[in-house]
Amino acid sequence: MVLDLVPLWTALLALAVFYYVVFDGFDLGVGLLYGFAPNEAGQAIVMSSVVPVWDGNETWLVFGGLGLLAAFPLAFAIIIPAVYFPILIMLLALVFRGVAFEFRFKHQGLRRFWDRAFAVGSAVATFAQGVVLGAFIQGFKVDGRHFAGTSFDWVTPFALFTGVALMFGYGLLGAGWLVLKTEGELQDWARRAGRLCLIAVVIAIFAVSIWTPLANGDIARRWFSWPNIGFFSPVPIITALLAVAEWYALNRRQELTPFLGAIGLFLMSFIGIVISLWPMIVPFHYTLWQAASSGSTQAFLLIGTLFLLPIILMYTAWSYWVFRGKVRGDVRYH
Amino acid sequence: MHLDPVLLSRLQWSWVIAWHILLPAFTVGLASYIAVLEGLYFFTGRELWFRISGYWTKIFAVSFGMGVVSGIIMPFQFGTNWSRFTDATADVLSPLMAYEGLMAFFLEASFLGVLLFGRRLVPSWAHFLAALMVAFGTLLSSFWILATNSWMQTPQGYHIVNGRFEPVDWIAVIFNPSFPYRLLHNVTAFYITTAFVVMGVGAWLLRRERATEDARMMILMALDLLIILVPLQIFLGDQHGLNTLEYQPAKVAAIEGRYDTVSPMPLTLFGIPDDKAAVMRNAIEIPDLGSLILTHSWNGTIKGLKEWPADQRPPVGPPFFAFRVMVGIAFIMLFVVVVGEILRVRGRLWEAAWFLRLCPLVAPLGFVAVVAGWVTTEVGRQPWTVYGLLRTADSVSPSLTGTDVAISLALYIVVYLIMFPTGIGFMAGLVRRGPQPQESRPELVESGRPRRPFEDAARAVPDS
Repeated sequence: MVLDLVPLWTALLALAVFYYVVFDGFDLGVGLLYGFAPNEAGQAIVMSSVVPVWDGNETWLVFGGLGLLAAFPLAFAIIIPAVYFPILIMLLALVFRGVAFEFRFKHQGLRRFWDRAFAVGSAVATFAQGVVLGAFIQGFKVDGRHFAGTSFDWVTPFALFTGVALMFGYGLLGAGWLVLKTEGELQDWARRAGRLCLIAVVIAIFAVSIWTPLANGDIARRWFSWPNIGFFSPVPIITALLAVAEWYALNRRQELTPFLGAIGLFLMSFIGIVISLWPMIVPFHYTLWQAASSGSTQAFLLIGTLFLLPIILMYTAWSYWVFRGKVRGDVRYH
Repeated sequence: MHLDPVLLSRLQWSWVIAWHILLPAFTVGLASYIAVLEGLYFFTGRELWFRISGYWTKIFAVSFGMGVVSGIIMPFQFGTNWSRFTDATADVLSPLMAYEGLMAFFLEASFLGVLLFGRRLVPSWAHFLAALMVAFGTLLSSFWILATNSWMQTPQGYHIVNGRFEPVDWIAVIFNPSFPYRLLHNVTAFYITTAFVVMGVGAWLLRRERATEDARMMILMALDLLIILVPLQIFLGDQHGLNTLEYQPAKVAAIEGRYDTVSPMPLTLFGIPDDKAAVMRNAIEIPDLGSLILTHSWNGTIKGLKEWPADQRPPVGPPFFAFRVMVGIAFIMLFVVVVGEILRVRGRLWEAAWFLRLCPLVAPLGFVAVVAGWVTTEVGRQPWTVYGLLRTADSVSPSLTGTDVAISLALYIVVYLIMFPTGIGFMAGLVRRGPQPQESRPELVESGRPRRPFEDAARAVPDS
C-alpha cells in the first residue's frame, strides 16, 4: 500500500500560496500606496518598511510555482499557458519593481523613473495576480491534457474585476503593515488609506460572492444546498464580523490589529474559494488527484521539503524579529 | 509573414537564459573565491584578505541579486511556452528543479545575510562558515540544474507511460551518463571565468596604482588557479566531447561540420556549412587530425550527418561556429596564463606593462566561452528536448500563436536591455572604486538593523 501524499502536498501548496499572498501581498500593497504617501520623507519611510523583507517574500512565488510544477504538473501545464500574458506582465512588473529598490539610488536624474517603476510595477504585478485568480475561478478550456483556449481567454469582466479587487486587497494589507511600522501623521494617512481600501474590499468580496454562484450552478449548489448551507454559513458571518472589526481597528489607536484583520479577511476569502472549487486544481476538469505527479516524484521531493521548510521558516521569523519595531525617518536607505 | 511559435519560443528561451547564465557563470566562481579569502583571513588575520574579500563581496551581492531576479523568470518559461514538455517530463525533472530552488534559496536566505551584514553579529568562525555555505549553495545549485539539463541530453532511469516519462530510479536519473562530464566542465568554466575577471580587475587597479598590494595578490591568486584549471579544462572538454560522441554522435558530427562519413576523418578548421545541400563549403582541413582527436587513433571512423534522416539532424552552423569560438578562447586563455607564469617566474610580471594591459582585455572572454559552449551543446542536441525521444516542435504550448510569443519576446528584450546594462554599470562603479581600507572596520550594523548591500553599492557610485 503506497501512502497517498496528495493531501499533504495540497496542504503544503496551500500554505505556500497563502504565505505568498499575505507576505508579498503586503509589500506589493506598500508599493501601491507609495505613490500616494504625503511627502518625500513619508515616501522614504514607506519604502524602508519593506526593504529588508521584500526579496525573501518574493522567493515564495518561486516556491509556489515549483511546488505546483512538482506536485501537480498537469495543473501547471494547463493553467500557466492559459494565463500567458498575465504571468508575463506579472514577471516583468516584479523585475522592474525589484530592481527599482536598488537602482533608484544610482542616478539622481533617473530617480523619478525608478520611483515610478516601483509604484507602477507593484500595481501592475498585483493586478496581474488578481487576473490569474479570476481566470482560475472561472475555469479553463481544456482538451485532453492541454489548454485549448486562446492566450486572451483571460480577458473577461470577472477576471478584470478580481484584478482591480486584489489591488485594494493588497492595499489593505499594505496599509495594515504601515500602521504597524509607522507613527504620527504618516500612520494617520495609512489608516485613511486602509479605510478606503477596506470599503472597496468589502464591496469586492460581496460582489464576487454573488457573481460566482450566479455564473456557476455547481458552486451555487455547493453553497446553498442543505445541509451545506449550515456548515458553510460561518464563513460569510465571520467575514462580515472581521470587516466590522477591521473598520474599528483602523479608526481606533490599534497598532497590530489592522494588519491581523486584513490577514483574517484574506484567510476567509481563501477558504471561500477552496469551498467553491474543491477538489479541483484545474477548474472544472481535473481534480488534485488527477493532476498529481507520480507517488515516487512526490515522495522524493517531500523528504527534502520537510527537512528544509522548517529551517527556512525559522530563519524568516528571525529576520522579521531583527527588523521589528517602528521605522523612523532616520533609518538609512538613501 | 508567418510567425512560428516554436522558433519564437526558442528565441525567447535563448534570450532569457543567455542573460541569466552570465550571472551564475560569475557568482559560482566568486562565491568560492570569497570563501577562500575569508578562510585566509580567519586563519592568518591579515588585513589584506579582509579588504579583498570585502571588495568582491559587494560586487557579488549585486550580481547575485540580478541572478535572482532573472532566475524567477526561468521556471515560469516551462509553463508559459513549453507546457507539453512540462506535462511529459515533470514527474522526472520537476523535483530536480525544485531541489535547486529549495537549496539555493535556503542557503541564500540563511547565509548570504550573515556574509553581507553579519561580521559584527556573529563570531568570526561563523562568518567564515557563512561564506563556505554560500559557496556550497552555488555549487549545489549548479549540481541540480545541470543534472536536469544532462537528463534532457542523455535520459535514463525512466519508463514511458502514455507518452509521459515516469521515474524508475532516481540515482540513474540524476547521475545520467553526461552529467559528471557536464558538471565538471561547467563548474571549471565558471571558476575560470571568475579568475579571468579577478585577474583583469587586479591588472586594471595596478595600472592605475590603486590598492597595489591587493591588486597584485588578486593577479597572483588568479594566475595560480588558472595555470591548473585552463589545461585541466582543455582535458575535461576533450573527455566531455568523447562522452558526447558516445551518446549524441549527431551533435559531434554537427560540431565537426561532417555531413559524410569518412575514415580517416580530417579536422575542419573553418568552412561555410550548407545544411540544405549537406556540404561544407570553402573548408580548410587538416588530414587525419579529426580521427585522432575524437577516436584517439589515426583512422577512426566518425559518422557524418547523412547517417541520420534529415529531420533528425541538428543545424550545423551554430554548433560548428560556437565550438570554434569556445576552443579558440581556450587557447587564447592558455597563452595568457602561460605567458603570465613565465613573466612571474622571471620576476618581471609587475614591469610587463603590456601584460597588465592585456589582462583587462581578456577578462570578459570567459563569459563569451560559456555562452558559446552553451550554444554548442543546446543547438547541437536539436531537434530534441529529450534527446531522441521528445521533439522540440512537440514541446511547445499548443495554445500559443506566433503573435503571442512575438509580443512577449519583444517585452523581454526591452526590459532586459534596461535592466542588465544598468546593473552592469552599477557593478562597474564598484570595480572602479577599488578595495577600501576603512572596510576593515565595518559599520554595517547599527542598532541591530543591517544595512542593505546595495546601499553601500549606491554610495560607491560617485554621482549618487
